Amino acid sequence: MKKKVLALVLTAAMALSMTACGAAETATTTAESVVEEVASEAAETVAEEVSEAAAEATGDYADIKIGMVTDVGGVNDGSFNQSSWEGLQRAGDTLGCQVKYLESKTDADYASNLETFIDEEYDLIIAVGYQLADAVKAAATENPDQKFAIIDDSSNADLPNVTCLMFKQAQASYLVGYVAGLTTKSNTVGFVLGMSTATMNEFGYGYCAGVLDANPDAKILQQNANSFADTAAGKSAATAMVTDGADVIFHAAGGTGLGVIEGCTDAKIWAIGVDSDQSVIAPETILTSAMKRVDNACFDAAKNVCEGSLTSGVVTYDLSSEGVDIAPTTTNIPADVLEKVNEQKAKIISGEVVVPETQADFEAKYGDVYELD
Amino acid sequence: MEFTKDLGLLINAMMTYTPPLLLAALGSCFSERSGVINIGIEGMMTIGAFVGAATALTFGNPWIAFLCGGLAGALFGLLHAIACISYQADQTISGTAINFLAPGLAVFLCKTFYDNSTDTPALQPSMKLPKFFDGIFPVGSFGYNAICNYSVAYLSILLVLVIWFVFYKTKFGMRLRACGESPEACDTLGINVYGVRYVCVILSGLLAGFGGAYVTLATVSQFRPIVIVGQGFMAIAAVIFGKFKPQGAMWACLLFGLCNGIKVLASQGNAVSPNLISMIPYVVTILALVLFVGAARVPAANGRPFEKAK
Repeated sequence: MKKKVLALVLTAAMALSMTACGAAETATTTAESVVEEVASEAAETVAEEVSEAAAEATGDYADIKIGMVTDVGGVNDGSFNQSSWEGLQRAGDTLGCQVKYLESKTDADYASNLETFIDEEYDLIIAVGYQLADAVKAAATENPDQKFAIIDDSSNADLPNVTCLMFKQAQASYLVGYVAGLTTKSNTVGFVLGMSTATMNEFGYGYCAGVLDANPDAKILQQNANSFADTAAGKSAATAMVTDGADVIFHAAGGTGLGVIEGCTDAKIWAIGVDSDQSVIAPETILTSAMKRVDNACFDAAKNVCEGSLTSGVVTYDLSSEGVDIAPTTTNIPADVLEKVNEQKAKIISGEVVVPETQADFEAKYGDVYELD
Repeated sequence: MEFTKDLGLLINAMMTYTPPLLLAALGSCFSERSGVINIGIEGMMTIGAFVGAATALTFGNPWIAFLCGGLAGALFGLLHAIACISYQADQTISGTAINFLAPGLAVFLCKTFYDNSTDTPALQPSMKLPKFFDGIFPVGSFGYNAICNYSVAYLSILLVLVIWFVFYKTKFGMRLRACGESPEACDTLGINVYGVRYVCVILSGLLAGFGGAYVTLATVSQFRPIVIVGQGFMAIAAVIFGKFKPQGAMWACLLFGLCNGIKVLASQGNAVSPNLISMIPYVVTILALVLFVGAARVPAANGRPFEKAK
């Protein structure tokens, strides 16, 4: 068997090489390839001229290079990393700067990916997610002339070459909580969390505050799935909440949240999405989503570096700067509810309503309602 | 009422988790018992999950999609069989290669067909595996949670019966078990060892593909690279736990599922530390292994390539 296959492969290889030896054919291929080369060179020059023209039109930032290092989610995670990359691509299209990303497969890749961009002398390196905080700290300390930006981490704010892009996720969560509080008919809503960390708990504080402000009698069922990737657990959590009477469930749990949405679809109740407008996943089920406009933050950082106006320290994106928001898809929200939510949004922007972001702030106003911290 | 409610939820969570694991474990049983180690179950599940979702989106019929997912897994089973049986390659290496190749291919195809995204669009409810008895039990009742919600899941338990019958009551079953113990003896008796092993490894791919397709067609309604994370390896563990018997693998899978159900129920609110709760499935597994099960007897010729005497 083995020998037969080997013989067959060898015969095939010989036959192929013999045909390739035809002299006339070689001549024509060479001629063809020369023609092709000339043509492609011509095309390249044209393309170069075009891109130069485009760069001039938008401010000539073609020599600015911006790199992005993803966390382990990868650039197509349908959430955070993808959103960041979309922001950078927008910067590349409108400002003409060069943008590139490197994906991290494991935690060990963070440092080496940062190093790659440093070696290639990028003007700005954006690190996506708090998991990269330590790697950024090390790289930024060793390379004081290299500019960095990091999303969702403020621990490096004291370094002069790091910009920390922070989001008021509690504000967006507050608004979707407000929608949930007004929408629920059973006076019971649910919340599924991916992991109990300070950043993630801000979603919970905001949500609970929103629900209780809209509907002080509402009961909030809460569950920490302790994973961002366990869809089965998410689905079971949703089913458990449905059994206890919940008719709206908000998730801040990444991939686990997909299971939550699925469970809500099965039971024909509302689900609320997170990070991006998740309405596309289940248009009939998603009531609304708490959006975090990471793309805007990345675009702004790119723009500032092009214009030379990037500042270090913490830059916070909130409702007023459209860094966080409620999803633009509002087809499932009744008009009167939407109106009240927009009123509430205006109050947050004006400072009349302050959304709690920490345990102390939350408990001072609402008591110990949030169980997952 | 509180008890029936919790019991319903527990069964529900168990039956969410168990079927894909069980299907893959049954596949693994075929392969291991015929004497071929199949580490590539995880990769075969991933390709099955993708093909299941993609064909459901294309044809709109969940059962055709389920079958296609299985066939995609079978194709990788065939690949593994060619490498390990015809060419006597190292079975662990071939399986590991499949674990890299199949998920990579799934993501590549997904990016090619779906607008450069690693996720497929979401499936319509009509494209998903049906729920039997829908509408008989009100949402949230014991009947709904325990029976209706995952009615398809019970079909996987029925399959265990069928496979048990094949293993222990048919000629083919006896031959496949014999091939895993002593292929040389089988050969002298005129059994086509290569043929039996080919069929078994392809079947293991088929069942693993079914397991993967189940995830995208019943548990979630979308393919994402994260839908299969470790279930394939859990399935292999279940087979070893179940002493390489289909019925044993079933009990192991149900136990894993039950632990998962306990985990979900226990993590409501924050009474117990979530990290402790996440340990439950692993602790129970270790305890069960040490206290009740004892060592599994590996098929004697498992992992040993067979070369027909000239």
